Amino acid sequence: MSKKMQITLTVNGEVQELLAEPRELLIHVLRERLNLTGAHIGCETSHCGACTVTMDGKSVKSCTVFAAQANGASITTIEGLSTPDNLHVLQNAFREHHGLQCGFCTPGMITRAAQLLADNPTPTEEEVRFGMAGNLCRCTGYQNIVTSVLAAATEMSAAREAAE
Amino acid sequence: MIPAAFDYYRPDTIQDALALLQTHGDDARVMAGGHSLIPMMKLRMAEVPHLIDLQAIADLRGITVDGATVRIGAMVTQHDIIQSADLARAAPILREAALQIADPQVRYMGTLGGNVANGDPGNDMPGLMQCLGAEFILTGPDGTRTIAAREFFEAAYMTARAEDEILTAVTFAAMTGGYAYEKQKRKIGDYATAAAAVLLTKEGGRCATASIAMTNLSDVPVWSQAAAETLVGTDCNPDAIKAAMAAMDGDIDPGADNRGPVAFKRHAAGIVLSRAIARAWSRA
Ligand SMILES: Cc1cc2nc3c(=O)[nH]c(=O)nc-3n(C[C@H](O)[C@H](O)[C@H](O)COP(=O)(O)OP(=O)(O)OC[C@H]3O[C@@H](n4cnc5c(N)ncnc54)[C@H](O)[C@@H]3O)c2cc1C
Ligand code: FES
Ligand code: FES
Repeated sequence: MSKKMQITLTVNGEVQELLAEPRELLIHVLRERLNLTGAHIGCETSHCGACTVTMDGKSVKSCTVFAAQANGASITTIEGLSTPDNLHVLQNAFREHHGLQCGFCTPGMITRAAQLLADNPTPTEEEVRFGMAGNLCRCTGYQNIVTSVLAAATEMSAAREAAE
Repeated sequence: MIPAAFDYYRPDTIQDALALLQTHGDDARVMAGGHSLIPMMKLRMAEVPHLIDLQAIADLRGITVDGATVRIGAMVTQHDIIQSADLARAAPILREAALQIADPQVRYMGTLGGNVANGDPGNDMPGLMQCLGAEFILTGPDGTRTIAAREFFEAAYMTARAEDEILTAVTFAAMTGGYAYEKQKRKIGDYATAAAAVLLTKEGGRCATASIAMTNLSDVPVWSQAAAETLVGTDCNPDAIKAAMAAMDGDIDPGADNRGPVAFKRHAAGIVLSRAIARAWSRA
């Protein structure tokens, strides 16, 4: 076993200090040490996107990032997007438009969609499909996920315009 | 899926990274985005007792277009390439290819340097770099040297880079003329079953120069001079394209695997090349 190292992460706005082996994967740190079990492990082989979180403004598969590599980074998980009483626009849109069935892929889908809309607030349907291509869903057939993301984009744009 | 234990380093300078490579020799490896290396470590196909993360080295970043010379730091990600307005002007084929690599999450992390240093025949950038006639800049304990992309790849996962060298940047001349990167894959995020990079220029309705490279059709990328030569002087009509396909077919050496048998790979190679030539010609 190698030495543990001191790791500092800002997770959902809170600074977390912990000792971890460098080889620990970010997904394991989030789920097992910080009890943030929203991000899921679907494949553990960098393919499914269920483990997607935002790291310094980038959507990443947290099963393919070492804890040590993330040291110093700012991480947002699905838990950081909202509270149970006050859902994120994307979460409401997924609920309204049947963007989920079993829900296993949903935290990764929504976390990725949030970054996609941050980078491109008014995507076309094609841009949504392309931008969500790193997230697999075994249930929905994707159509309702795309519909949900587009609906959220429209709502968020309207809210931005109303605020201006 | 837990890798073997390792010590982790995050040097701030190329010199410090080189010193770590010297100290730990064969037991050390550099990591860029980690999106080829970490999966290998998780499968325990790679064991790296000393892992040197290059993320904090500012000198490995940055895209510069200086007149007709393009320089891309090794740590520039595929996402950075897609976002770069300078590159979209100086080498649009790079953006076209980067958009066909993996998926958004992987592209945020995967770097140009890692993609070429990896030496995986499935990686898309090595063939593209050969097509562009790029040069790789390597820095080691004895200083800096430059090696042509067309001479860099020796066998699967074997390159001309010495173990104590770091790839710092890639340079090439800004492209002119028509271009296309055409890739056949089984699904989004997959490596190529076959891919073709084509650059060509047109003068008086004829092809004046051409460069063609093929991906994942041998254990190294295949820069097919023979295919390019058949196009020069033609108007890239269907017969000329067929001749280029035949010449290319003589240069590739695909193996059977779960992407298909050899005959299928050769067929797919011909199709991607014919599409790439037609598209490049239409843009020339
Ligand atoms: C799901 C998935 C799908 C993918 N699909 C594709 C695809 O379609 N096409 C494609 O091309 N790639 C694909 N990739 C690979 C991806 O693009 C990798 O990120 C890339 O190949 C390696 O870049 P990296 O920065 O992650 O390198 P790393 O994984 O960090 O490093 C790869 C190797 O290069 C060495 N290395 C890295 N940087 C340097 C340097 N500066 N100097 C010396 N040695 C160095 C490392 O020691 C290691 O041996 C895929 C990856 C995944 C996970
Ligand atoms: S669990 Fe990370 S991509 Fe599937
Ligand atoms: S809702 Fe079941 S995997 Fe997507």
